[in-house]
Amino acid sequence: MSPAETRQSQNNQLKFLDSPLQADATTDIIYMMCPMHLLTIEEQVREIKAGQVLSILTDYDGALDDIPAWCRKTGNEFLGIYEDTDHYKFYIRKKKPDDRQDV
Amino acid sequence: MKTIYMDHVATNPLHPEVLDAMMPYFREIFGNPQSIYEPGIRAKEAVENARAGTAALINAKPKEIIFTSSGAEANNFAVKGIAYASRNKGTHVIVSKIEHHSVLNPARFLEKSGFAVTYIPVDKYGTVDPDDVKKAITKETILISIIHASPEIGTIQPVEEIGRIAGEKGIVFHVDAVASAGNIPVDVRSMNIDLLTFAAHQFYGPKGAGALYVKEGTRIVPLIYGGIQEGGRRAGTENVPAIVGMGRAAEIAKRDMQKRIEHVRPLRDRLIDSVLKIERVTLTGHPEKRLPGHASFVVEYIEGEAMLLLLAGKGIYSASGSACSSKALKASPVLISIGIPAHLAQGSVVFTLGEGTTGEDIDYFNETFPQVISRLREISPYAKGWEGAEDPTCTVKK
Repeated sequence: MSPAETRQSQNNQLKFLDSPLQADATTDIIYMMCPMHLLTIEEQVREIKAGQVLSILTDYDGALDDIPAWCRKTGNEFLGIYEDTDHYKFYIRKKKPDDRQDV
Repeated sequence: MKTIYMDHVATNPLHPEVLDAMMPYFREIFGNPQSIYEPGIRAKEAVENARAGTAALINAKPKEIIFTSSGAEANNFAVKGIAYASRNKGTHVIVSKIEHHSVLNPARFLEKSGFAVTYIPVDKYGTVDPDDVKKAITKETILISIIHASPEIGTIQPVEEIGRIAGEKGIVFHVDAVASAGNIPVDVRSMNIDLLTFAAHQFYGPKGAGALYVKEGTRIVPLIYGGIQEGGRRAGTENVPAIVGMGRAAEIAKRDMQKRIEHVRPLRDRLIDSVLKIERVTLTGHPEKRLPGHASFVVEYIEGEAMLLLLAGKGIYSASGSACSSKALKASPVLISIGIPAHLAQGSVVFTLGEGTTGEDIDYFNETFPQVISRLREISPYAKGWEGAEDPTCTVKK
């Protein structure tokens, strides 16, 4: 892949959204840094029901790599990122209990 | 020699039950609360249990408590953390002129970093007028920080009303309750408070344990980055024994608060009545709206430090109320703010009582203090009045 293609592929993985999505639960970790975003997701995903959508608000740039990767690792669905004025909104749909973990 | 500790606003001895609660965490339960094996889990449980006890003292939720190393750290965290978290909304901060230096100096730091700060004056009792706060608010105001009770003059501020004003305008309201929390009722819900600083050693807990209450949903920039402790908001391995001590001290303070108030208030009133019989002595701070165990005065013609030394020689331990006067020989900014002239501010002395203070202690004090004043006035160059002082408005050497 050319550098441009690599970048395009990464952007596709990141899935930037044009508008925010509806979420069943929101957690605000703005100003918190690594690894709070990953710990918080784990905790919050446990709180919601399968199929529900969690939104995570963060200004931590490392989350751009880490949150989609966490979703791939745990089998939860990464719905995309909405870039707000001073933070990102990440959206995750909790997997069904019978979904196999894809590591 | 009999010794009487009358400086409870400086610090307090540990309550015996607090020490008992802390001891296992110095010894067998020494684990790091972040460790996932048994000793770590037990330490974590102890910290969370202490968080619940600490939160209950001020009617907060456990998750709204962030443990810190001191009141000073919590004040710095609150002022800087909210200013930086809100700087895209505005850059104006309001504090009173009689804040503790752990609020005043971060405010000065913010001024150097592009923020504007308004310092609200106080009346002769040291009370902030909520109307003055209201008038100081601009479209840029993001934080109001007011001390609940002054350790120097004892005055209790109308924080509930200031909190209501801040709430109406959507401005974050921080209260420094180091001198008040654990000694008088503090309720962050009914007082409309968004952030509140308090410290364990002010209510018979250990030194090295403080807390910042941050209302759920309030964004704050950490002061200390690092690990995941305190929800990532305050890194550093938890001081487990001190945190456990704070939790236990908070539970006891909540349980015994009314009893403690009813114990110290009449003793304090007896002391004030007796001291005010001495000529040219003035009570500083509010006569009624003050901390229950707190008595503060300015004594004319003599110097505070000399009083402290002579009293200490008689076994009575007290304070002049401000590091400015005791360490830097400068007039206290709090006393200047309530209109005490600089030459009188040098004669400041503060007596604070606690649950161990007895009626006999007050008898001994009431007998001793007039003698100390007489002795010092005998040798004071100003004993016959302030005439002859080159500049009676300022005794600070330039």
